[in-house]
Amino acid sequence: MTPAHQEDIDAHTGTATTGHEWDGIRELNTPLPKWWLYILYGTIVWAIGYIVVYPAIPLVSSFTPGLSGWSSRAAVTQDLADLTQQRAPMVDALAKASLQEIGKDDRLRGFALAQGRAAFGDNCAPCHGAGGGGAVSFPNLNDDDWLWGGKVDDIHQTIAYGVRSAHEKTRSSAMPAFGQTGILKPAEVDQVADHVRSLSGLPTDKTYDKAAGAKIFEENCSACHGAGGKGNLEFGAPDLTDQIWLFGSSKASIAEGVHRGRGSMMPAWSGRLDDTTIKALAVYVHALGGGK
Amino acid sequence: MSLWQKHQIFEKNSLILVIGVLIVISIGGLVEVLPLFYLKSTIEKVEGMRPYTPLELAGRNIYVREGCYNCHSQMIRSLRDEVERYGHYSLAAESMYDKPFQWGSKRNGPDLARVGAKYSDDWHKQHLDNPRQMVPGSIMPGYPWLAKTELDTREVAASMKVLAFEGVPYSPEMIENAEKDLVAQASVDSADADAMTKRYPKSQARKFSGLEGPVNEADALIAYLQMLGTLVDFKLYDGKANLR
Repeated sequence: MTPAHQEDIDAHTGTATTGHEWDGIRELNTPLPKWWLYILYGTIVWAIGYIVVYPAIPLVSSFTPGLSGWSSRAAVTQDLADLTQQRAPMVDALAKASLQEIGKDDRLRGFALAQGRAAFGDNCAPCHGAGGGGAVSFPNLNDDDWLWGGKVDDIHQTIAYGVRSAHEKTRSSAMPAFGQTGILKPAEVDQVADHVRSLSGLPTDKTYDKAAGAKIFEENCSACHGAGGKGNLEFGAPDLTDQIWLFGSSKASIAEGVHRGRGSMMPAWSGRLDDTTIKALAVYVHALGGGK
Repeated sequence: MSLWQKHQIFEKNSLILVIGVLIVISIGGLVEVLPLFYLKSTIEKVEGMRPYTPLELAGRNIYVREGCYNCHSQMIRSLRDEVERYGHYSLAAESMYDKPFQWGSKRNGPDLARVGAKYSDDWHKQHLDNPRQMVPGSIMPGYPWLAKTELDTREVAASMKVLAFEGVPYSPEMIENAEKDLVAQASVDSADADAMTKRYPKSQARKFSGLEGPVNEADALIAYLQMLGTLVDFKLYDGKANLR
């Protein structure tokens, strides 16, 4: 500021003006509030400290790492290591124990259920529902009807390797497309669909011929679904005599299954989730209500 | 000469003011953005990255067209809780063939950086048709027309040409076979599938939507979603070596 400015005091307010004038109008030069100014100086000092302590200035092929040597990647690696260490006593115990031992030990079981619930919410709930209630083509995990077995070991295997997944140890089977491949004619598909409905006491169409339907079932379906349609856990072949239907119990839906085949896919979680999480999930799913 | 008088030249000449503003603003870009392109610490070495297959690329174009990035990020930040939920934090190298990248900045829905192979194709198909059917509380809009719309395959080769110009290593052979590879990947047991897999390692071929008939838009989008985050094998990735 030149001294000239300070001499130019506005008569009404007693404040100095900037000293220049446009068309007879002058501008007040009100000083900045002191508190504001000190905060500004404070941030400048802080920024200098920040540059010294943290990574800041880019150089030719690297950057100034700062006195602290901090990096976001090292920080998250450390955070995760801390977490692992914090959980280690229980996780190690879980890793060592067999699924049966976990079931008998209340403390381990409680931990497995808590870990399982969290993992289920993110990884399993999108398909099987938040409570494990399932949806069309995604099995209900609350009932005691199991495609590949409801013992905790069976559940563990299904979660780890999936069903018709890309994993080499996957559970796998195929319901053939009897109609598409021409093994059964449309009329035969119609008959056998009615027969499947009759197995669980559902009403059948008038056109249903019991002897013909039973014969088609015997020749084509019983190898996997069993002579009485009770299913087979070895092939993931569903029980056709109960009231639980993965793809719906309507004749149209059953006929579509016979015509096109069925085969829904469950991903393998081994690799994506760690071994103890998969164990915890098996314990959790087993405890949902239908575990055998 | 006072500070004020030195500044007069900017205040009294608009052109000089504009040049001054440009210089000040560009310092932000030069200091904060430009170094990321050459600093060793920001460029990781990973194995497994390859350009998108024609079908995946078509799916990616649909992803961009429908504005999926408005609600879904593809960027797992280096924070403990994100790594716990989504898996290894995203690496710059994983977006090397994304032009433009789909990191997003908003998460109305979950992050999709590693959604590939997490759910079944059937789940994706039903979820795209009507998200509420699979996730009752979902606020995602349904995209039922994707499965009903035949995929326009004519532009895929042109897309690849543009990307090749931008530096994505699409060979002339890949561009020439674009449509053939696209159809092969969206078919079951196609005779051309082996040639396609040879050009694009780790690619999977099947009818992603499960629907019969020509390749539809859901096939392409699901193919893209099912490969997200599956290329880099993090068991082989040395995180410590890349802390530079």
